[in-house]
Amino acid sequence: MPAPIRLRELIRTIRTARTQAEEREMIQKESAAIRSSFREEDNTYRCRNVAKLLYMHMLGYPAHFGQLECLKLIASQKFTDKRIGYLGAMLLLDERQDVHLLMTNCIKNDLNHSTQYVQGLALCTLGCMGSSEMCRDLAGEVEKLLKTSNSYLRKKAALCAVHVIRKVPELMEMFLPATKNLLSEKNHGVLHTSVVLLTEMCERSPDMLSHFRKLVPQLVRILKNLIMSGYSPEHDVSGISDPFLQVRILRLLRILGKGDDDSSEAMNDILAQVATNTETSKNVGNAILYETVLTIMDIKSESGLRVLAINILGRFLLNNDKNIRYVALTSLLKTVQTDHNAVQRHRSTIVDCLKDLDVSIKRRAMELSFALVNGNNIRGMMKELLYFLDSCDPEFKADCASGIFLAAEKYAPSKRWHIDTIMRVLTTAGSYVRDDCVPNLIQLITNSVEMHAYTVQRLYKALLDDISQQPFVQVSSWCIGEYGDLLVSGQCEEEDPIQVTEDEVLDVLEGLLASNLSSPVTRGYALTAVMKLSTRLSSVNRIKKVVSIYGSSIDVELQQRAVEYNALFKKYDHMRCALLERMPIMEKAAANGPTETVQTNGEAEPAGLEPKHPPTIIQPANQANDLLDLLGGNDVVPVISTAPAMKPASAGGELLDLLGGLSLSAPTPAPPIPMSQPPFLLDGLSSQPLFNDIATGIPPMTAYNKNGLKIDFTFERSNTNPNIAIITIHAANSTEAEMTNFVFQAAVPKTFQLQLLSPSSSIIPALNQGPVTQVIKVLNPQKQQLRMRIKLTYNHKGSPVQDLAEVNNFPPQSWQ
Amino acid sequence: MQFMLLFSRQGKLRLQKWYVPLSDKEKKKITRELVQTVLARKPKMCSFLEWRDLKIVYKRYASLYFCCAIEDQDNELITLEIIHRYVELLDKYFGSVCELDIIFNFEKAYFILDEFLLGGEAQETSKKNVLKAIEQADLLQEVRLGGGLFFLGFNSFH
Repeated sequence: MPAPIRLRELIRTIRTARTQAEEREMIQKESAAIRSSFREEDNTYRCRNVAKLLYMHMLGYPAHFGQLECLKLIASQKFTDKRIGYLGAMLLLDERQDVHLLMTNCIKNDLNHSTQYVQGLALCTLGCMGSSEMCRDLAGEVEKLLKTSNSYLRKKAALCAVHVIRKVPELMEMFLPATKNLLSEKNHGVLHTSVVLLTEMCERSPDMLSHFRKLVPQLVRILKNLIMSGYSPEHDVSGISDPFLQVRILRLLRILGKGDDDSSEAMNDILAQVATNTETSKNVGNAILYETVLTIMDIKSESGLRVLAINILGRFLLNNDKNIRYVALTSLLKTVQTDHNAVQRHRSTIVDCLKDLDVSIKRRAMELSFALVNGNNIRGMMKELLYFLDSCDPEFKADCASGIFLAAEKYAPSKRWHIDTIMRVLTTAGSYVRDDCVPNLIQLITNSVEMHAYTVQRLYKALLDDISQQPFVQVSSWCIGEYGDLLVSGQCEEEDPIQVTEDEVLDVLEGLLASNLSSPVTRGYALTAVMKLSTRLSSVNRIKKVVSIYGSSIDVELQQRAVEYNALFKKYDHMRCALLERMPIMEKAAANGPTETVQTNGEAEPAGLEPKHPPTIIQPANQANDLLDLLGGNDVVPVISTAPAMKPASAGGELLDLLGGLSLSAPTPAPPIPMSQPPFLLDGLSSQPLFNDIATGIPPMTAYNKNGLKIDFTFERSNTNPNIAIITIHAANSTEAEMTNFVFQAAVPKTFQLQLLSPSSSIIPALNQGPVTQVIKVLNPQKQQLRMRIKLTYNHKGSPVQDLAEVNNFPPQSWQ
Repeated sequence: MQFMLLFSRQGKLRLQKWYVPLSDKEKKKITRELVQTVLARKPKMCSFLEWRDLKIVYKRYASLYFCCAIEDQDNELITLEIIHRYVELLDKYFGSVCELDIIFNFEKAYFILDEFLLGGEAQETSKKNVLKAIEQADLLQEVRLGGGLFFLGFNSFH
């Protein structure tokens, strides 16, 4: 058999291949040759063949058949063989396969070899890929070598020990004695690896940490020597002596000084020295400064030092090198909470970074900017942030918009400024605004009573220019519907009122309805807005026409609304005014930020819930048609309360549909009563439900348990009215993803009365981390058996979920 | 350091050093994705990026990308210095190193790396000492693998 071709020859040949297929063919041919050569157990060429195999492996081809050959090479006496054998082992062998354990004995022998380079190979391989079993077997040898005076081996043994400790932490103790004199070494290699070893031990064990604290003075001395010593050619990098060692020492000092006053004090001086004396023109110096800053911020340093650190970061921000700017922003983000004032001083530099070209830098600058916004700088910062919003990439716009809204809400200097800011965001990034911001903004606008005219005028003007940004259009059409009268009457105080006719306003809204750009949700807003204008403007006929046209719209939502509005015109005209009255000031429920829920905006939710249904007819308890309070809502009683659905009369005892079948064909005979809280349920009391001080002894029950959502009911009797049972639902989520926009609705048989109070939240956190609770009050004057049908809607992992269930297992005490 | 990859501008792998145990399949997947990500970066962007839960530090030298994955507590700026030191070592050893040197002498590139880093950490901070060790080890070689001579700065292919 001819001698196998040389490695370089093979590489050259393979590189001449012009196609993937050609290369594959060459590789296959050579693999076959190598395989037969292996079979012949040829010692001379084994090394060459394995080397070729490693090359082919790097190209992505299979090489597992060479694994055993590597072991044979390692066992060989020739240094060349060992070198390639160990390399092959590191590349081809995998600690998951038992084959690698065969190496253990060879490594053990080589660790005791007479040639230090062979020992070095063994230490390197063990330290790179040794499995836990190998480490356990060979730890003793490593420990021995850690104590040798041969610095070449000692440094390798130290890093090998680090690997052993990572793999088998229990062995850490064993290396403790050997660490005694490590820092007295002069050799930088040994010093560096020793510091790494000490760092590893301190990070893993608090006992080791306290034990090694006594090394702080020694470390400080070594660091000082490095800084003060003159030029040392062997370790010099751009005028700095052994930056690698300096950085590692600083890192170890950080760990030792954290939380410890004495150690922190001992290192104060040296840190100040490094911080002020290090040359910053090259990356090397900045690397050391960076590590120094991290250390200063983490230990118990005095405030002067901390300010020095932040100033260094501030200087980093001005550096031409973008890597340094990136690192500075990342560090500032970490410290902005603790050293807020110091970071504030660099605000303008940070804001300048918003204009950087690098995406990561821009993102960090944006996050930092939001963290720095406060009442004093809000105007200036907002200008910059709005400018940023204008020009940034789409991936930032949603976060930026949400951030701006939050900041504006917290620190707005005036209502007008606030409205202006919102409008600026809506008009520049209106399509990136998160959907859940829309109800928030509407609430905000409603509450700024004196700005209504100004708001609607500006929104109207902007709408004339552009109707493509859906969240913006939704807010605008809502405002026009609500404040259209102010628009037409030209009442604006803040700026010159514009002349708008009723027809122009209706043109705009009809345009939205007809436009292809409008989403179905937007159309809903527009139609409702048109309807509302019927009580604010005089062009009622035109509005009637519009509404009747959409009665036959293909969009079911639109159609339903139109049909119901039509009914309002025809049969319930007397109610129309009351129903479409101006919105009251809304109570802001728990501040959930941008994810404010539909539920908390409760009855004021404009997205079509409220005007959709015909008005409530509240019956006294003895009437045949009972009230079903299906929608939750704030218990605080505004003039327009929750609009529950109206049900036609039906046979006794059945459960009535939830929200379904809102047919208007069966008008109730009862006279309309102005909407207000049913008087017999906890009259006049606030949203706090009454609970008995002691448990009433009604056992709790599980009402629903499906798809990770579990709803339990607990019971209480009301103090004032024994016919009222107070049920608290506890909704828990055992899945890994949270459930958002959770809405719980319930219906009971018609002899009962039901009242649903606001839930604690609309987001159920994952993994049972905190249930959402909601209170239901059930009035049961006839002491009938309680049954309930519940409807659950929520979003889970991005998709909407809806479920209906019947709850029949109420304990008898709850309704008797 | 968790791993270091060297690859060309066409995405061809020239060296891979793994300091964490992963299956061959996982290594291939990571390599493929990371190479794609780094090659997609524009020249004006900084040398650091976040990828999965690792920090990636990369730098291009001529036609080769040097890419390291470091952990959260590691210093990115000093990692750039580590990469630079490795390039300097290769340069001194091969004499004005170019990609071809690393292709045809990949095993030597590994030997040099293994004298500089061990288990992902620097074992020797003196350039001179690393090169001396390699020189001595080379002298122990009984057989010249590629048939070329080992003098520093002299490449010959047989």
